[in-house]
Amino acid sequence: MTDRSNAAVLVLPQAGTVGARKILPMLLWVAALAIPTFAPGYTPLASQIVVMILFALSLDLLVGFTGIVTLGHAALFGAGAYTAGIMALRLTNDPLITALSGMAVAALVGLVTGSCMLRTKGLAFLVLSLAAAFMLHELANMATSVTGGDDGLQGVSFAPLLGVFEFDFRGQTAFYYSLACLFAAFLLVRRVVNSPFGWSLRGIRENDGRMRAIGCPIYRRRLAAYVISSALAGLAGALQAQITQFVALRSLSLELSGDVLIMLILGGAGRLYGAFVGVPLFMFAQDLLAKEDPANWYLGQGVILLVMTLFVPGGVLGLVERVRRSLGRGGRR
Amino acid sequence: MSGSAPILETRGLTRFFGPVRVTGDVDFTLHPGERRAIIGPNGAGKTTFVNLLSGRLAPSSGQVFLGGENVTAMSEARRIKLGLGRTFQITSLFPNLSVRKNVFLAVAEHEGVAWNLFRSAASHRRQFDRVDELLDRVGLSDVAEVPAQDLPYGRQRLLEIAVTLALRPRVLLLDEPAAGIPTSESHIILSILDTLPKDIAVLLIDHDMDLVFRFAQRITVLVQGSVMVEGTPAEIAANERVRKIYLGESDHAAA
Repeated sequence: MTDRSNAAVLVLPQAGTVGARKILPMLLWVAALAIPTFAPGYTPLASQIVVMILFALSLDLLVGFTGIVTLGHAALFGAGAYTAGIMALRLTNDPLITALSGMAVAALVGLVTGSCMLRTKGLAFLVLSLAAAFMLHELANMATSVTGGDDGLQGVSFAPLLGVFEFDFRGQTAFYYSLACLFAAFLLVRRVVNSPFGWSLRGIRENDGRMRAIGCPIYRRRLAAYVISSALAGLAGALQAQITQFVALRSLSLELSGDVLIMLILGGAGRLYGAFVGVPLFMFAQDLLAKEDPANWYLGQGVILLVMTLFVPGGVLGLVERVRRSLGRGGRR
Repeated sequence: MSGSAPILETRGLTRFFGPVRVTGDVDFTLHPGERRAIIGPNGAGKTTFVNLLSGRLAPSSGQVFLGGENVTAMSEARRIKLGLGRTFQITSLFPNLSVRKNVFLAVAEHEGVAWNLFRSAASHRRQFDRVDELLDRVGLSDVAEVPAQDLPYGRQRLLEIAVTLALRPRVLLLDEPAAGIPTSESHIILSILDTLPKDIAVLLIDHDMDLVFRFAQRITVLVQGSVMVEGTPAEIAANERVRKIYLGESDHAAA
Protein backbone atom coordinates (compact mmCIF):
# COMPACT_ATOMS: atom_id res chain seq x y z
CA MET A 1 0.00 0.00 0.00
CA THR A 2 2.71 2.48 0.99
CA ASP A 3 4.62 1.47 -2.12
CA ARG A 4 1.74 2.40 -4.32
CA SER A 5 1.32 5.84 -2.83
CA ASN A 6 5.08 6.39 -3.05
CA ALA A 7 4.94 5.53 -6.70
CA ALA A 8 2.18 8.02 -7.26
CA VAL A 9 4.16 10.81 -5.64
CA LEU A 10 7.19 10.06 -7.76
CA VAL A 11 5.46 9.63 -11.07
CA LEU A 12 2.55 12.01 -11.17
CA PRO A 13 4.24 15.40 -10.70
CA GLN A 14 6.52 14.60 -13.62
CA ALA A 15 3.67 13.45 -15.79
CA GLY A 16 1.89 16.71 -15.06
CA THR A 17 4.81 18.82 -16.26
CA VAL A 18 5.73 16.93 -19.39
CA GLY A 19 4.41 19.88 -21.39
CA ALA A 20 6.60 22.41 -19.59
CA ARG A 21 9.54 20.08 -19.86
CA LYS A 22 9.29 19.98 -23.61
CA ILE A 23 8.21 23.53 -24.35
CA LEU A 24 10.70 25.35 -22.13
CA PRO A 25 13.79 23.93 -23.88
CA MET A 26 12.28 24.68 -27.27
CA LEU A 27 11.73 28.31 -26.26
CA LEU A 28 15.33 28.39 -25.12
CA TRP A 29 16.60 27.31 -28.51
CA VAL A 30 14.36 29.77 -30.35
CA ALA A 31 15.39 32.61 -28.05
CA ALA A 32 19.03 31.76 -28.73
CA LEU A 33 18.42 32.10 -32.47
CA ALA A 34 17.16 35.61 -31.93
CA ILE A 35 20.22 36.92 -30.09
CA PRO A 36 22.08 38.37 -33.11
CA THR A 37 18.92 40.19 -34.20
CA PHE A 38 17.85 41.63 -30.87
CA ALA A 39 21.12 41.90 -28.98
CA PRO A 40 23.81 42.17 -31.66
CA GLY A 41 26.30 43.55 -29.13
CA TYR A 42 26.17 40.32 -27.21
CA THR A 43 26.69 38.02 -30.19
CA PRO A 44 30.41 37.41 -29.62
CA LEU A 45 29.85 36.67 -25.92
CA ALA A 46 26.92 34.44 -26.84
CA SER A 47 29.17 32.48 -29.21
CA GLN A 48 31.65 32.00 -26.39
CA ILE A 49 28.88 30.75 -24.17
CA VAL A 50 27.62 28.36 -26.86
CA VAL A 51 31.09 26.88 -27.28
CA MET A 52 31.49 26.46 -23.53
CA ILE A 53 28.06 24.83 -23.28
CA LEU A 54 29.16 22.32 -25.89
CA PHE A 55 32.33 21.69 -23.91
CA ALA A 56 30.40 21.29 -20.65
CA LEU A 57 27.88 19.02 -22.38
CA SER A 58 30.70 16.73 -23.49
CA LEU A 59 31.92 16.66 -19.90
CA ASP A 60 28.44 15.84 -18.66
CA LEU A 61 28.54 12.57 -20.57
CA LEU A 62 31.47 11.59 -18.34
CA VAL A 63 30.74 13.27 -15.00
CA GLY A 64 26.98 13.20 -14.98
CA PHE A 65 26.07 10.09 -16.90
CA THR A 66 29.01 7.74 -16.40
CA GLY A 67 30.37 8.95 -13.06
CA ILE A 68 33.87 9.62 -14.38
CA VAL A 69 35.15 12.81 -12.75
CA THR A 70 38.06 14.29 -14.67
CA LEU A 71 40.27 17.32 -14.16
CA GLY A 72 41.89 17.01 -17.55
CA HIS A 73 39.05 17.62 -19.94
CA ALA A 74 40.79 20.70 -21.34
CA ALA A 75 43.38 18.38 -22.89
CA LEU A 76 40.72 17.28 -25.37
CA PHE A 77 39.35 20.78 -25.92
CA GLY A 78 42.91 21.96 -26.53
CA ALA A 79 43.63 19.06 -28.86
CA GLY A 80 40.68 20.12 -31.01
CA ALA A 81 41.62 23.82 -30.85
CA TYR A 82 45.28 23.26 -31.78
CA THR A 83 44.37 20.81 -34.54
CA ALA A 84 42.05 23.36 -36.15
CA GLY A 85 44.54 26.19 -35.64
CA ILE A 86 47.60 24.35 -36.94
CA MET A 87 45.72 22.97 -39.91
CA ALA A 88 44.47 26.44 -40.81
CA LEU A 89 48.02 27.78 -40.83
CA ARG A 90 49.57 24.91 -42.72
CA LEU A 91 47.06 22.78 -44.61
CA THR A 92 43.56 24.02 -45.16
CA ASN A 93 41.41 26.63 -43.48
CA ASP A 94 38.07 25.15 -44.40
CA PRO A 95 35.97 25.39 -41.22
CA LEU A 96 34.18 22.07 -41.56
CA ILE A 97 37.25 20.04 -42.46
CA THR A 98 39.26 21.55 -39.62
CA ALA A 99 36.40 21.07 -37.17
CA LEU A 100 36.00 17.43 -38.12
CA SER A 101 39.75 16.96 -37.88
CA GLY A 102 39.72 18.58 -34.45
CA MET A 103 37.08 16.08 -33.39
CA ALA A 104 39.01 13.17 -34.83
CA VAL A 105 42.30 14.14 -33.20
CA ALA A 106 40.62 14.75 -29.85
CA ALA A 107 38.87 11.39 -30.13
CA LEU A 108 42.21 9.76 -30.83
CA VAL A 109 43.85 11.53 -27.88
CA GLY A 110 40.89 10.40 -25.77
CA LEU A 111 41.25 6.84 -27.00
CA VAL A 112 44.97 6.70 -26.23
CA THR A 113 44.91 8.45 -22.85
CA GLY A 114 41.58 6.90 -21.90
CA SER A 115 42.69 3.36 -22.59
CA CYS A 116 45.47 3.85 -20.03
CA MET A 117 43.64 5.96 -17.46
CA LEU A 118 40.32 4.11 -17.43
CA ARG A 119 41.95 1.07 -15.90
CA THR A 120 41.64 3.10 -12.70
CA LYS A 121 38.71 4.94 -11.23
CA GLY A 122 37.82 7.58 -8.66
CA LEU A 123 40.72 9.50 -7.16
CA ALA A 124 43.38 7.60 -9.11
CA PHE A 125 41.63 8.49 -12.35
CA LEU A 126 41.28 12.11 -11.28
CA VAL A 127 45.03 12.39 -10.67
CA LEU A 128 45.91 10.63 -13.93
CA SER A 129 43.60 12.89 -15.92
CA LEU A 130 45.31 15.87 -14.33
CA ALA A 131 48.75 14.47 -15.15
CA ALA A 132 47.84 13.74 -18.78
CA ALA A 133 46.53 17.27 -19.25
CA PHE A 134 49.65 18.76 -17.66
CA MET A 135 51.83 16.78 -20.03
CA LEU A 136 49.90 17.92 -23.08
CA HIS A 137 49.98 21.50 -21.80
CA GLU A 138 53.75 21.34 -21.35
CA LEU A 139 54.20 19.72 -24.74
CA ALA A 140 52.31 22.58 -26.39
CA ASN A 141 54.30 25.08 -24.36
CA MET A 142 57.64 23.67 -25.53
CA ALA A 143 56.84 23.00 -29.18
CA THR A 144 56.87 26.71 -29.96
CA SER A 145 57.54 26.28 -33.67
CA VAL A 146 54.26 24.43 -34.12
CA THR A 147 52.06 25.82 -31.37
CA GLY A 148 53.45 29.27 -30.78
CA GLY A 149 54.21 28.25 -27.19
CA ASP A 150 53.13 30.72 -24.58
CA ASP A 151 51.97 33.23 -27.19
CA GLY A 152 49.51 30.79 -28.65
CA LEU A 153 48.57 30.52 -32.30
CA GLN A 154 47.82 33.98 -33.60
CA GLY A 155 46.21 35.17 -36.78
CA VAL A 156 44.41 31.96 -37.52
CA SER A 157 41.83 32.80 -40.14
CA PHE A 158 39.29 30.52 -41.67
CA ALA A 159 37.67 30.40 -45.08
CA PRO A 160 33.96 31.19 -45.40
CA LEU A 161 31.68 28.51 -44.06
CA LEU A 162 30.52 26.24 -46.90
CA GLY A 163 32.32 28.69 -49.17
CA VAL A 164 29.52 31.23 -48.63
CA PHE A 165 29.26 32.63 -45.11
CA GLU A 166 32.23 34.72 -44.08
CA PHE A 167 33.26 34.92 -40.45
CA ASP A 168 32.25 38.60 -40.14
CA PHE A 169 33.48 40.95 -37.43
CA ARG A 170 30.02 41.14 -35.84
CA GLY A 171 30.25 37.43 -35.27
CA GLN A 172 26.90 36.42 -36.75
CA THR A 173 28.23 33.55 -38.82
CA ALA A 174 30.33 32.37 -35.91
CA PHE A 175 27.30 32.41 -33.65
CA TYR A 176 24.88 30.54 -35.93
CA TYR A 177 27.59 28.09 -36.87
CA SER A 178 28.47 27.24 -33.28
CA LEU A 179 24.81 27.14 -32.28
CA ALA A 180 24.15 24.66 -35.09
CA CYS A 181 27.05 22.53 -33.91
CA LEU A 182 25.78 22.68 -30.33
CA PHE A 183 22.31 21.65 -31.44
CA ALA A 184 23.66 18.70 -33.41
CA ALA A 185 25.81 17.66 -30.47
CA PHE A 186 22.87 18.02 -28.12
CA LEU A 187 20.69 15.77 -30.31
CA LEU A 188 23.51 13.25 -30.41
CA VAL A 189 24.05 13.28 -26.66
CA ARG A 190 20.32 13.05 -26.02
CA ARG A 191 20.11 10.04 -28.32
CA VAL A 192 23.05 8.39 -26.66
CA VAL A 193 21.93 8.91 -23.07
CA ASN A 194 18.47 7.54 -23.88
CA SER A 195 19.83 4.46 -25.64
CA PRO A 196 20.53 1.15 -23.92
CA PHE A 197 24.20 2.17 -24.10
CA GLY A 198 23.44 5.40 -22.23
CA TRP A 199 21.41 3.55 -19.63
CA SER A 200 24.29 1.17 -19.10
CA LEU A 201 26.55 4.17 -18.45
CA ARG A 202 24.16 5.23 -15.71
CA GLY A 203 24.30 1.70 -14.38
CA ILE A 204 28.07 1.98 -14.23
CA ARG A 205 27.78 5.30 -12.42
CA GLU A 206 25.35 3.86 -9.91
CA ASN A 207 27.06 0.54 -9.22
CA ASP A 208 29.89 -0.67 -11.40
CA GLY A 209 30.31 -3.88 -9.44
CA ARG A 210 26.73 -4.85 -10.21
CA MET A 211 27.16 -3.94 -13.87
CA ARG A 212 30.12 -6.29 -14.03
CA ALA A 213 28.02 -8.97 -12.39
CA ILE A 214 25.36 -8.71 -15.09
CA GLY A 215 28.01 -9.19 -17.73
CA CYS A 216 28.79 -5.62 -18.77
CA PRO A 217 32.29 -5.02 -20.16
CA ILE A 218 32.79 -1.95 -17.95
CA TYR A 219 36.17 -0.93 -19.29
CA ARG A 220 35.14 -0.90 -22.95
CA ARG A 221 31.84 0.77 -22.15
CA ARG A 222 33.56 3.57 -20.22
CA LEU A 223 36.19 3.94 -22.92
CA ALA A 224 33.49 4.32 -25.57
CA ALA A 225 31.86 7.07 -23.50
CA TYR A 226 35.24 8.70 -23.05
CA VAL A 227 35.95 8.75 -26.79
CA ILE A 228 32.54 10.21 -27.64
CA SER A 229 33.01 12.86 -24.98
CA SER A 230 36.51 13.58 -26.28
CA ALA A 231 35.29 14.08 -29.83
CA LEU A 232 32.67 16.59 -28.65
CA ALA A 233 35.21 18.41 -26.48
CA GLY A 234 37.48 18.52 -29.54
CA LEU A 235 34.67 20.03 -31.59
CA ALA A 236 34.20 22.71 -28.93
CA GLY A 237 37.92 23.44 -29.05
CA ALA A 238 37.95 23.67 -32.84
CA LEU A 239 34.97 26.04 -32.77
CA GLN A 240 36.75 28.17 -30.21
CA ALA A 241 39.75 28.46 -32.54
CA GLN A 242 37.53 29.30 -35.48
CA ILE A 243 35.36 31.95 -33.87
CA THR A 244 38.18 33.71 -31.98
CA GLN A 245 40.81 33.17 -34.71
CA PHE A 246 43.23 32.42 -31.94
CA VAL A 247 44.40 29.42 -29.95
CA ALA A 248 45.70 30.20 -26.48
CA LEU A 249 47.78 27.90 -24.31
CA ARG A 250 44.98 28.35 -21.80
CA SER A 251 42.82 26.02 -23.89
CA LEU A 252 44.87 23.14 -22.46
CA SER A 253 45.05 24.44 -18.90
CA LEU A 254 43.94 23.07 -15.57
CA GLU A 255 42.12 26.36 -15.10
CA LEU A 256 39.86 25.57 -18.04
CA SER A 257 39.33 21.98 -16.89
CA GLY A 258 38.34 23.25 -13.49
CA ASP A 259 36.11 26.01 -14.83
CA VAL A 260 34.11 23.70 -17.06
CA LEU A 261 33.65 21.24 -14.21
CA ILE A 262 32.37 24.02 -11.95
CA MET A 263 30.01 25.27 -14.67
CA LEU A 264 28.57 21.82 -15.10
CA ILE A 265 28.15 21.20 -11.39
CA LEU A 266 26.61 24.65 -11.02
CA GLY A 267 23.95 23.85 -13.63
CA GLY A 268 23.46 20.24 -12.59
CA ALA A 269 25.43 17.26 -13.83
CA GLY A 270 23.62 14.29 -15.32
CA ARG A 271 20.73 16.39 -16.62
CA LEU A 272 21.20 17.18 -20.31
CA TYR A 273 20.38 20.85 -19.71
CA GLY A 274 22.77 21.29 -16.78
CA ALA A 275 25.43 22.69 -19.09
CA PHE A 276 22.91 25.09 -20.63
CA VAL A 277 22.12 26.58 -17.23
CA GLY A 278 25.51 26.42 -15.56
CA VAL A 279 27.66 27.93 -18.29
CA PRO A 280 25.75 31.22 -18.74
CA LEU A 281 25.37 31.63 -14.99
CA PHE A 282 29.07 31.13 -14.47
CA MET A 283 30.10 33.38 -17.33
CA PHE A 284 27.76 36.21 -16.37
CA ALA A 285 28.91 36.00 -12.77
CA GLN A 286 32.50 36.05 -13.95
CA ASP A 287 31.80 39.05 -16.18
CA LEU A 288 30.10 40.89 -13.35
CA LEU A 289 32.59 40.16 -10.59
CA ALA A 290 35.78 40.42 -12.61
CA LYS A 291 34.89 43.87 -13.91
CA GLU A 292 35.99 45.51 -10.68
CA ASP A 293 38.93 43.34 -9.78
CA PRO A 294 39.88 39.86 -10.99
CA ALA A 295 40.50 38.89 -7.38
CA ASN A 296 36.79 39.38 -6.70
CA TRP A 297 36.04 36.71 -9.21
CA TYR A 298 38.25 34.09 -7.61
CA LEU A 299 36.64 34.84 -4.27
CA GLY A 300 33.19 34.67 -5.89
CA GLN A 301 34.07 31.41 -7.59
CA GLY A 302 35.13 29.97 -4.25
CA VAL A 303 31.88 31.03 -2.61
CA ILE A 304 29.81 29.56 -5.47
CA LEU A 305 31.68 26.27 -5.18
CA LEU A 306 31.20 26.11 -1.43
CA VAL A 307 27.51 26.90 -1.58
CA MET A 308 26.83 24.50 -4.43
CA THR A 309 28.68 21.59 -2.87
CA LEU A 310 27.25 22.07 0.60
CA PHE A 311 23.68 23.11 -0.12
CA VAL A 312 22.78 22.41 -3.74
CA PRO A 313 24.37 19.08 -4.66
CA GLY A 314 22.24 18.62 -7.81
CA GLY A 315 23.06 22.05 -9.20
CA VAL A 316 20.47 24.64 -10.18
CA LEU A 317 18.40 22.10 -12.12
CA GLY A 318 18.54 19.70 -9.18
CA LEU A 319 17.23 22.48 -6.98
CA VAL A 320 14.40 23.25 -9.39
CA GLU A 321 13.45 19.59 -9.48
CA ARG A 322 13.41 19.33 -5.69
CA VAL A 323 11.32 22.44 -5.27
CA ARG A 324 8.85 21.21 -7.85
CA ARG A 325 8.70 17.79 -6.28
CA SER A 326 8.01 19.18 -2.84
CA LEU A 327 5.35 21.50 -4.27
CA GLY A 328 3.74 18.53 -5.97
CA ARG A 329 3.80 16.63 -2.72
CA GLY A 330 2.40 19.59 -0.79
CA GLY A 331 -0.45 19.99 -3.24
CA ARG A 332 -1.36 16.36 -2.90
CA ARG A 333 -1.84 16.49 0.86
CA MET B 1 20.36 -37.18 -10.35
CA SER B 2 23.72 -38.88 -10.41
CA GLY B 3 22.95 -39.93 -13.97
CA SER B 4 23.40 -36.45 -15.45
CA ALA B 5 26.73 -34.68 -15.81
CA PRO B 6 27.32 -31.99 -13.18
CA ILE B 7 26.56 -28.45 -14.27
CA LEU B 8 28.95 -27.01 -11.69
CA GLU B 9 31.93 -28.76 -10.20
CA THR B 10 35.01 -27.88 -8.18
CA ARG B 11 38.10 -29.98 -7.72
CA GLY B 12 40.48 -29.34 -4.85
CA LEU B 13 39.35 -25.70 -4.67
CA THR B 14 41.58 -23.84 -2.21
CA ARG B 15 41.97 -20.19 -1.35
CA PHE B 16 44.34 -18.51 1.09
CA PHE B 17 44.06 -14.99 2.44
CA GLY B 18 47.67 -14.49 3.49
CA PRO B 19 48.45 -17.45 5.72
CA VAL B 20 44.80 -18.19 6.42
CA ARG B 21 43.18 -20.99 4.43
CA VAL B 22 39.60 -19.77 3.89
CA THR B 23 38.65 -22.47 1.44
CA GLY B 24 40.34 -25.81 1.75
CA ASP B 25 40.44 -28.51 -0.90
CA VAL B 26 36.72 -28.44 -1.71
CA ASP B 27 35.35 -31.05 -4.14
CA PHE B 28 31.83 -30.03 -4.92
CA THR B 29 29.32 -31.04 -7.58
CA LEU B 30 25.97 -29.58 -8.50
CA HIS B 31 23.66 -31.20 -11.04
CA PRO B 32 21.22 -29.52 -13.45
CA GLY B 33 17.98 -28.67 -11.69
CA GLU B 34 19.35 -29.47 -8.26
CA ARG B 35 18.25 -27.47 -5.21
CA ARG B 36 21.25 -27.30 -2.93
CA ALA B 37 22.06 -25.29 0.16
CA ILE B 38 25.37 -24.58 1.83
CA ILE B 39 25.32 -23.92 5.53
CA GLY B 40 28.05 -23.36 8.02
CA PRO B 41 28.87 -21.19 11.03
CA ASN B 42 30.02 -17.58 10.59
CA GLY B 43 33.46 -17.45 9.06
CA ALA B 44 33.11 -20.90 7.50
CA GLY B 45 34.05 -19.36 4.15
CA LYS B 46 30.65 -19.58 2.47
CA THR B 47 30.80 -16.24 0.71
CA THR B 48 34.43 -16.82 -0.28
CA PHE B 49 33.33 -20.11 -1.83
CA VAL B 50 30.62 -18.32 -3.82
CA ASN B 51 33.14 -15.70 -4.91
CA LEU B 52 35.45 -18.44 -6.14
CA LEU B 53 32.60 -20.02 -8.08
CA SER B 54 31.47 -16.75 -9.63
CA GLY B 55 34.99 -15.65 -10.50
CA ARG B 56 35.11 -12.61 -8.27
CA LEU B 57 38.05 -14.27 -6.51
CA ALA B 58 40.74 -16.45 -8.07
CA PRO B 59 41.58 -19.68 -6.24
CA SER B 60 45.05 -20.30 -4.85
CA SER B 61 44.74 -23.78 -6.33
CA GLY B 62 42.10 -26.13 -7.69
CA GLN B 63 39.64 -25.80 -10.55
CA VAL B 64 36.07 -24.76 -11.29
CA PHE B 65 34.07 -26.44 -14.08
CA LEU B 66 30.86 -25.03 -15.51
CA GLY B 67 28.93 -27.38 -17.75
CA GLY B 68 32.06 -29.51 -18.05
CA GLU B 69 34.18 -26.56 -19.17
CA ASN B 70 37.14 -25.45 -17.10
CA VAL B 71 36.33 -21.83 -16.19
CA THR B 72 38.99 -21.38 -13.50
CA ALA B 73 40.88 -18.75 -15.49
CA MET B 74 37.75 -17.05 -16.82
CA SER B 75 36.55 -13.63 -15.72
CA GLU B 76 33.32 -13.09 -13.88
CA ALA B 77 31.79 -11.64 -17.06
CA ARG B 78 32.69 -14.73 -19.15
CA ARG B 79 31.18 -17.04 -16.55
CA ILE B 80 27.99 -15.04 -16.52
CA LYS B 81 27.75 -15.42 -20.30
CA LEU B 82 28.15 -19.17 -19.77
CA GLY B 83 25.17 -19.20 -17.44
CA LEU B 84 26.40 -18.55 -13.93
CA GLY B 85 24.22 -16.01 -12.16
CA ARG B 86 24.53 -14.75 -8.62
CA THR B 87 22.92 -12.46 -6.13
CA PHE B 88 24.82 -10.66 -3.43
CA GLN B 89 24.73 -10.98 0.33
CA ILE B 90 24.57 -7.22 0.58
CA THR B 91 21.95 -5.85 -1.79
CA SER B 92 23.61 -4.61 -4.93
CA LEU B 93 21.29 -2.65 -7.17
CA PHE B 94 21.17 0.64 -9.07
CA PRO B 95 19.60 2.71 -6.30
CA ASN B 96 18.49 5.77 -8.27
CA LEU B 97 17.15 3.89 -11.26
CA SER B 98 13.62 2.57 -11.45
CA VAL B 99 12.86 -1.08 -10.78
CA ARG B 100 12.17 -1.57 -14.47
CA LYS B 101 15.45 0.02 -15.50
CA ASN B 102 17.32 -2.16 -13.04
CA VAL B 103 16.02 -5.27 -14.76
CA PHE B 104 16.29 -3.78 -18.24
CA LEU B 105 20.02 -3.21 -17.80
CA ALA B 106 20.50 -6.92 -17.18
CA VAL B 107 18.21 -7.98 -20.03
CA ALA B 108 20.00 -5.57 -22.38
CA GLU B 109 23.42 -6.96 -21.48
CA HIS B 110 22.22 -10.50 -21.81
CA GLU B 111 20.51 -10.03 -25.16
CA GLY B 112 23.40 -8.05 -26.56
CA VAL B 113 21.58 -4.76 -27.17
CA ALA B 114 23.55 -2.77 -24.60
CA TRP B 115 25.91 -1.48 -27.27
CA ASN B 116 22.99 0.10 -29.10
CA LEU B 117 23.93 3.78 -29.17
CA PHE B 118 21.32 5.35 -31.36
CA ARG B 119 18.05 3.56 -30.74
CA SER B 120 16.14 4.69 -27.71
CA ALA B 121 16.01 2.19 -24.88
CA ALA B 122 12.28 2.72 -24.53
CA SER B 123 11.69 1.36 -28.04
CA HIS B 124 13.16 -2.03 -27.17
CA ARG B 125 9.76 -3.64 -26.81
CA ARG B 126 10.87 -7.24 -26.84
CA GLN B 127 13.33 -6.62 -24.03
CA PHE B 128 10.75 -4.73 -22.01
CA ASP B 129 8.28 -7.56 -22.42
CA ARG B 130 10.84 -9.79 -20.81
CA VAL B 131 11.45 -7.20 -18.07
CA ASP B 132 7.74 -7.11 -17.27
CA GLU B 133 7.52 -10.89 -17.26
CA LEU B 134 10.38 -11.06 -14.75
CA LEU B 135 8.86 -8.37 -12.55
CA ASP B 136 5.63 -10.29 -12.63
CA ARG B 137 7.38 -13.46 -11.53
CA VAL B 138 8.91 -11.82 -8.46
CA GLY B 139 5.78 -9.79 -7.76
CA LEU B 140 7.21 -6.32 -8.34
CA SER B 141 4.99 -5.17 -11.21
CA ASP B 142 3.19 -2.69 -8.97
CA VAL B 143 6.40 -0.79 -8.21
CA ALA B 144 8.00 -0.95 -11.65
CA GLU B 145 8.54 2.81 -11.89
CA VAL B 146 9.76 3.34 -8.33
CA PRO B 147 13.49 3.97 -7.79
CA ALA B 148 15.09 0.83 -6.39
CA GLN B 149 16.25 2.64 -3.27
CA ASP B 150 12.67 3.49 -2.30
CA LEU B 151 11.66 -0.17 -2.07
CA PRO B 152 11.48 -1.81 1.33
CA TYR B 153 14.50 -3.99 1.89
CA GLY B 154 12.70 -7.27 1.38
CA ARG B 155 11.45 -6.22 -2.02
CA GLN B 156 14.95 -5.06 -2.96
CA ARG B 157 16.03 -8.64 -2.40
CA LEU B 158 13.33 -9.77 -4.84
CA LEU B 159 14.52 -7.22 -7.37
CA GLU B 160 18.00 -8.58 -6.93
CA ILE B 161 16.72 -12.02 -7.88
CA ALA B 162 14.86 -10.62 -10.91
CA VAL B 163 18.04 -8.89 -12.13
CA THR B 164 19.93 -12.15 -11.86
CA LEU B 165 17.20 -14.20 -13.54
CA ALA B 166 17.30 -11.75 -16.45
CA LEU B 167 20.62 -13.33 -17.38
CA ARG B 168 18.94 -16.73 -17.91
CA PRO B 169 21.35 -18.56 -15.66
CA ARG B 170 21.82 -22.32 -15.75
CA VAL B 171 23.21 -22.08 -12.26
CA LEU B 172 21.92 -19.58 -9.75
CA LEU B 173 24.05 -18.69 -6.74
CA LEU B 174 21.98 -17.07 -4.04
CA ASP B 175 24.14 -15.52 -1.34
CA GLU B 176 21.84 -15.02 1.63
CA PRO B 177 18.77 -13.92 -0.36
CA ALA B 178 16.79 -13.65 2.85
CA ALA B 179 19.38 -11.58 4.74
CA GLY B 180 17.66 -8.65 6.40
CA ILE B 181 14.20 -10.05 5.78
CA PRO B 182 12.15 -10.97 8.82
CA THR B 183 11.94 -14.77 9.16
CA SER B 184 8.20 -14.45 8.96
CA GLU B 185 8.54 -13.19 5.38
CA SER B 186 11.23 -15.50 4.08
CA HIS B 187 8.50 -17.72 2.66
CA ILE B 188 8.11 -15.12 -0.13
CA ILE B 189 11.64 -15.89 -1.27
CA LEU B 190 10.84 -19.56 -1.04
CA SER B 191 7.72 -19.26 -3.14
CA ILE B 192 9.67 -17.41 -5.82
CA LEU B 193 12.37 -20.03 -5.81
CA ASP B 194 9.59 -22.56 -6.32
CA THR B 195 8.52 -20.86 -9.53
CA LEU B 196 12.00 -21.07 -11.09
CA PRO B 197 12.33 -23.27 -14.16
CA LYS B 198 13.14 -26.78 -13.00
CA ASP B 199 16.29 -27.04 -15.09
CA ILE B 200 18.06 -24.22 -13.27
CA ALA B 201 20.42 -25.50 -10.60
CA VAL B 202 20.15 -23.36 -7.48
CA LEU B 203 22.79 -23.05 -4.80
CA LEU B 204 21.48 -21.27 -1.74
CA ILE B 205 23.52 -19.90 1.11
CA ASP B 206 21.60 -18.72 4.11
CA HIS B 207 21.47 -18.55 7.87
CA ASP B 208 17.76 -19.03 7.91
CA MET B 209 17.54 -22.74 8.77
CA ASP B 210 13.84 -22.80 8.17
CA LEU B 211 14.34 -21.57 4.61
CA VAL B 212 17.28 -23.86 3.97
CA PHE B 213 15.57 -27.01 5.19
CA ARG B 214 12.39 -26.33 3.30
CA PHE B 215 14.18 -25.42 0.09
CA ALA B 216 17.09 -27.81 -0.31
CA GLN B 217 17.12 -31.34 -1.63
CA ARG B 218 20.68 -31.70 -0.41
CA ILE B 219 22.72 -29.69 2.05
CA THR B 220 26.47 -29.19 2.19
CA VAL B 221 27.95 -28.21 5.54
CA LEU B 222 31.04 -26.05 5.33
CA VAL B 223 33.26 -25.71 8.40
CA GLN B 224 36.52 -23.79 8.38
CA GLY B 225 36.53 -23.71 4.61
CA SER B 226 36.14 -27.46 4.09
CA VAL B 227 33.19 -29.71 3.46
CA MET B 228 32.36 -31.46 6.71
CA VAL B 229 29.39 -33.43 5.52
CA GLU B 230 26.85 -33.51 2.73
CA GLY B 231 23.42 -35.11 2.68
CA THR B 232 19.67 -34.78 2.58
CA PRO B 233 18.06 -32.34 5.00
CA ALA B 234 16.97 -35.28 7.16
CA GLU B 235 20.51 -36.67 7.29
CA ILE B 236 21.96 -33.26 8.11
CA ALA B 237 19.40 -32.62 10.81
CA ALA B 238 20.24 -35.97 12.37
CA ASN B 239 24.00 -35.54 12.17
CA GLU B 240 25.52 -35.20 15.64
CA ARG B 241 28.56 -33.17 14.56
CA VAL B 242 26.41 -30.73 12.64
CA ARG B 243 24.11 -30.28 15.59
CA LYS B 244 27.06 -29.62 17.84
CA ILE B 245 28.96 -27.24 15.59
CA TYR B 246 26.29 -25.44 13.74
CA LEU B 247 22.74 -25.96 14.84
CA GLY B 248 23.65 -25.63 18.49
CA GLU B 249 25.30 -22.32 17.72
CA SER B 250 22.31 -21.00 15.84
CA ASP B 251 20.10 -21.92 18.80
CA HIS B 252 22.30 -19.64 20.88
CA ALA B 253 22.00 -16.92 18.33
CA ALA B 254 18.25 -17.26 18.30
CA ALA B 255 18.01 -17.18 22.10
